[in-house]
Amino acid sequence: MTGPINPFDKPNSYIGRSVERADAKRLTQGRGQYVDDLQLPRMVHAAFVRSPFAHAEILSIDKQVAEKAPGVVAVFAGADLTDHVTPYVGILTHLQGLRSPPQMPLAIDRARWQGEPVAMVVAQSRALAEDACDLIEIDYKPIDAACDVESALAPDAVVIHDEYQNNLAWERVVDAGDVDGAFARADVTVVERTFTFARHTGVTLETRASVVEFNPSDETLIWHYSGQAPHMMQAIVAKHLGMQEENVRIIARDVGGSFGIKIHTYGDEFATAAAAKILGRPVKFVADRNESFSTDIHARDHRVTGRIGVDKDGSIVGLEIDDLTGIGPYSMYPRSSGIECNQILNLTGAPYAIDNYRARGTIVFQNKNMMCQYRAVGHPVAMAVADGLLEGAAHEIGMDVVDIRRKNLLRDDVYPTSSAAGMKFDDLSHQKALEKLVELMDYNGLRRDQKEARENGIYRGIGFVSMVEVTNPSPMFYGVGGASISAQDGASVRLDATGALHVSVSITEQGQGTNTIIAQIAAGIFGVDLDRVKVTTGDTATTPYGGGTWASRGAGIGGEAVLLASNALKEQVLDVAAVILQASPETLDIKDGAIVDLADENERMPLSDLGKIVYYRGNELPSDLAPELIATRHYRVTDFPFVFTNGAMAAHVEVDIETGFVKVLDFWAVEDCGRVINPKLVDEQIRGGVVQGIGGALYEECLYSDDGQLLNASMADYLVPMAAEMPDIQVAHIETPTKTSVLGAKGAGEAGTGGAPAAVMNAVNDALRPMQASIYQMPMTPQRVLKALGTV
Amino acid sequence: MKVADFHYERPDSLAKALVLLSRDDADVQALAGGQSLMPMMNFRLAQPDTLVDLNALEELRGIREAANHIEIGAMTRYAMLEASDLVRKHIPLFSIALPHIAHSAIRNRGTIGGSAALADPAAEMPALLIALNATITAVSTSGERKIAAKDFFLGLYETALDEGELIKSISVPKALIENRFGFYELTRRHGDYAMAGVAIAAQHMAPLTGLRIVFFGVSDRPLDVTAIAETLEGQSATDTDIVEAACRAIGNQSLHGDLNADAATKTHLAQVVLRRALRGMNA
Amino acid sequence: MTQTCTITMTVNGEIVSQQVPTRMNLVDFLRNEVGLTGSHVGCEHGVCGACTIEVDGVAVRGCLLLAVQADQASVTTIEGLANNPTGRALQNAFQKHNALQCGFCTPGMLASAVEYVEGGGSPERTAIREHISGNYCRCTGYQSIVDAIADVLENASS
Repeated sequence: MTGPINPFDKPNSYIGRSVERADAKRLTQGRGQYVDDLQLPRMVHAAFVRSPFAHAEILSIDKQVAEKAPGVVAVFAGADLTDHVTPYVGILTHLQGLRSPPQMPLAIDRARWQGEPVAMVVAQSRALAEDACDLIEIDYKPIDAACDVESALAPDAVVIHDEYQNNLAWERVVDAGDVDGAFARADVTVVERTFTFARHTGVTLETRASVVEFNPSDETLIWHYSGQAPHMMQAIVAKHLGMQEENVRIIARDVGGSFGIKIHTYGDEFATAAAAKILGRPVKFVADRNESFSTDIHARDHRVTGRIGVDKDGSIVGLEIDDLTGIGPYSMYPRSSGIECNQILNLTGAPYAIDNYRARGTIVFQNKNMMCQYRAVGHPVAMAVADGLLEGAAHEIGMDVVDIRRKNLLRDDVYPTSSAAGMKFDDLSHQKALEKLVELMDYNGLRRDQKEARENGIYRGIGFVSMVEVTNPSPMFYGVGGASISAQDGASVRLDATGALHVSVSITEQGQGTNTIIAQIAAGIFGVDLDRVKVTTGDTATTPYGGGTWASRGAGIGGEAVLLASNALKEQVLDVAAVILQASPETLDIKDGAIVDLADENERMPLSDLGKIVYYRGNELPSDLAPELIATRHYRVTDFPFVFTNGAMAAHVEVDIETGFVKVLDFWAVEDCGRVINPKLVDEQIRGGVVQGIGGALYEECLYSDDGQLLNASMADYLVPMAAEMPDIQVAHIETPTKTSVLGAKGAGEAGTGGAPAAVMNAVNDALRPMQASIYQMPMTPQRVLKALGTV
Repeated sequence: MKVADFHYERPDSLAKALVLLSRDDADVQALAGGQSLMPMMNFRLAQPDTLVDLNALEELRGIREAANHIEIGAMTRYAMLEASDLVRKHIPLFSIALPHIAHSAIRNRGTIGGSAALADPAAEMPALLIALNATITAVSTSGERKIAAKDFFLGLYETALDEGELIKSISVPKALIENRFGFYELTRRHGDYAMAGVAIAAQHMAPLTGLRIVFFGVSDRPLDVTAIAETLEGQSATDTDIVEAACRAIGNQSLHGDLNADAATKTHLAQVVLRRALRGMNA
Repeated sequence: MTQTCTITMTVNGEIVSQQVPTRMNLVDFLRNEVGLTGSHVGCEHGVCGACTIEVDGVAVRGCLLLAVQADQASVTTIEGLANNPTGRALQNAFQKHNALQCGFCTPGMLASAVEYVEGGGSPERTAIREHISGNYCRCTGYQSIVDAIADVLENASS
């Protein structure tokens, strides 16, 4: 490597600086390019007829009238697509025993959730397509539905799939040490709680959207896609539409929020792609908000019974959890619906030193919309269970909730280490993060205020969470289970004739600021001004192969690929410069867009001169010199399955005990995501995540009737956090770079969502303590709080 | 979703609008501010054959002062009420309540007549109109009639309007110097429909006389609880025993639960909002 | 058969005259017929606020107004916001404070913010939060949006 050993400390490094996002300029001027903005010649529009029943036989579908309706181009039922799309199965082999039957884009013979697409109309406009949907006659025979998770495995439960004996999808047990022995000790206090987490959904402000165009002359398909994983989509589209992968191009431009929602195989989208291929013309499908609520993947919906044992000093001697969850009628393809439960088993109690740990997870099929991975997969459940139990135990033995964490959190000098569930940890800072948090929030001052407020009949509470977050996953997440999901990312960095850098990278931008941090890394490592870097993401035709952006992997993995490629290009450029300048490459450096002497930074030649010589006047170069002004590097995490981050958060709430309303007064988050590339963007990720977590704690819930009808599929009825109720959120950092990469960046995007529910729940319980009331059901709605108080 | 097709009319006079609305061979729907009807049409929950847009009817817009009341045209938008000096001066309860109704962009279009005609039991306006003893002037091709607000709201989205009848204007008695008003609502998020709310008008405060207490968001219609008013009549709003007795009177009403609160919770919250609204009036 | 109607309106200072289906709402008209795709469709039931635009000087939901109802109106969309000093100041402040992530809510959020600032809104954070409470943002957590609006108001008053 040339240049200084640590490129991040150079005065002209952009790493660690809060530079503005170039994308923000576009987006504030209405110049975004979202999928629905696209209008292509001969484009037609898809609309879907969806099952009104949670479970029903489809006896007949009569398309005739609809086919003749104004503007209708084609009508498809499930059977019409069987020759065009091969079935898909959402299992991963490393989740041993997970089962799920094959799925098709449109239901055939039987519909298994309310909202499942049954028929599709393609017409000249969306309005005309919807008109024709009303003209399709479908004869259903409703069947009893198995909706309730608790009774889905009962002997008399309706079995959703005839090929199985019951509705069990997967079971897993973790058993480490001797939990029973630990709990049986005389000096041990065991605290048990049952936690309930409602179904949520992502509510991306831009709903799922696709425009698919197919060119029959050369058998190429372009899918304009609002999502996070272009290469994954390319692989599965090719596989299931029977195409060669190189003939499928996925383009994701601006994405109006994703949060894990837009990274799966949706029947309506695959039907749209099939229709484009069959019709040989572009087809657009944009989910409306109702479709979004009833068919975007849902998440959470866990019931966890947990027990924790602590000794007299507050040391955790054992932890046991039993998680039951329902995932809808199928496991989602290709990531499966087993990951959330799996994460809960892997992560519960992970911040603490626990030798004896037992966890059981049970996943059942049910006649509700499908569940899959939404932001902070499993984390809010795992953290709320462990920290809810821990704070419960602290009060049981009369110990302060901070002190019990000090006692049990993994010490900052134990790494590398492993948890009882087998998670490998390195470069974490739980103790430091907790101390920083306590100082930041003025814990003692808050406790004094709390006491005073209680005397005046005002009930405030302080709640904590110490957490880990799975980031930068290795192939052990999906690839090992057989999915075409890449854990590595690639970056190409090219110098043009004017001295500008062109970076193309396989991670994607959904607003986090990916394009900006990539430019910062490339500019800083290579040595040009930030405004001379152009970044391309989200196009399988123009970016190297890679995983995309999910599991908080963009900066850590994609960023490292860019760093490696930028360093490689720098070496290549210096080799060329050395020849031109008749110097040794080791004596040269690149700074502010020019070749300089390493020793005194005197400018020797602007990069634009070097570019011009290489590209236009190659005759001036020795004939044995083969200049390469482009470098590509790939990076994956080795040695560790995941690179964990850690954080400590606290919520300060006020509970109106008369109404059950909870107001979050303050929130603090201390996060260690390793090297911070752009503090402002990281802080914004954490704040936005915290607010989504507060949503989970207080507001968000997909409400279903007993027979599987989603009752609140509108933005007026499914409540997400709004500006007026949210607090300002203070964010601080500990920076412990991961040793797995040069860049040292870990992920940060999901921490807030993973941690906030636990902190808010603990704070509410702290506020309710004088009334001997407690609540372990989220969202903590006014009615639930009033019930906890025994008021209603 | 996109709106199902319909025939659109934008009459330029009330007379023409009434003729259009008098057709009984088709589903004819009047369009006021559109802040409730358009969402229902966008979801295809409402699919009128003909939409009669009232927005060109200047004669239905405006706030006028009369000797004892303020006459508000049905097509007067919430934002106009908020900005009106007449409203501020003579209908103080409106000024207290209006900022709590939805959001600015909705209030810029939503109309007082549209809200009254929709009769959403969770909305504030029907309750305000009953509390204020407002009178609704309905008009059709057969002429005009006046309906007291307390007789106007009959149930969930159900009013005393006949087929072909429109709200022309709403007249609200001017507040007298000795009148007092209270308003309190519990919304989970600012601008949401209330989990429970109450509007109170009193002729006198100390002692309380001539009370009208109307709850919203707790039943299938605005709930004018005369038993509470009777309990409080002639009493002091600072007398907690009396206030608690009034709260108990709510318990005798049969309230309606919704997605987020059952009837017991609604009853409890109705008591809370009553207590708080009275406390606000004392202050 | 779908009823159509010819309408004329001024959009960002430019006169647009076109035949439209009467059932088409204003935001669909602006996006699909006029080609101004900056206004976004997020819910089509008037709740999310992403389609908020200025019609005859007031902020309204573009999904709850038929295009035909905006006949003869003057419409300002995000694309025309920079023509107005408040609009430009807010755009700059949103960039500076990174008051957006995915950007989908931003056009509507800016329209509400312009209304607030021009209506003499207070720089007090609670008041700002209340005013923008009809606009969903799922990414930022709102704090940076409040920062940006407060910044513009404080600069205007100083």
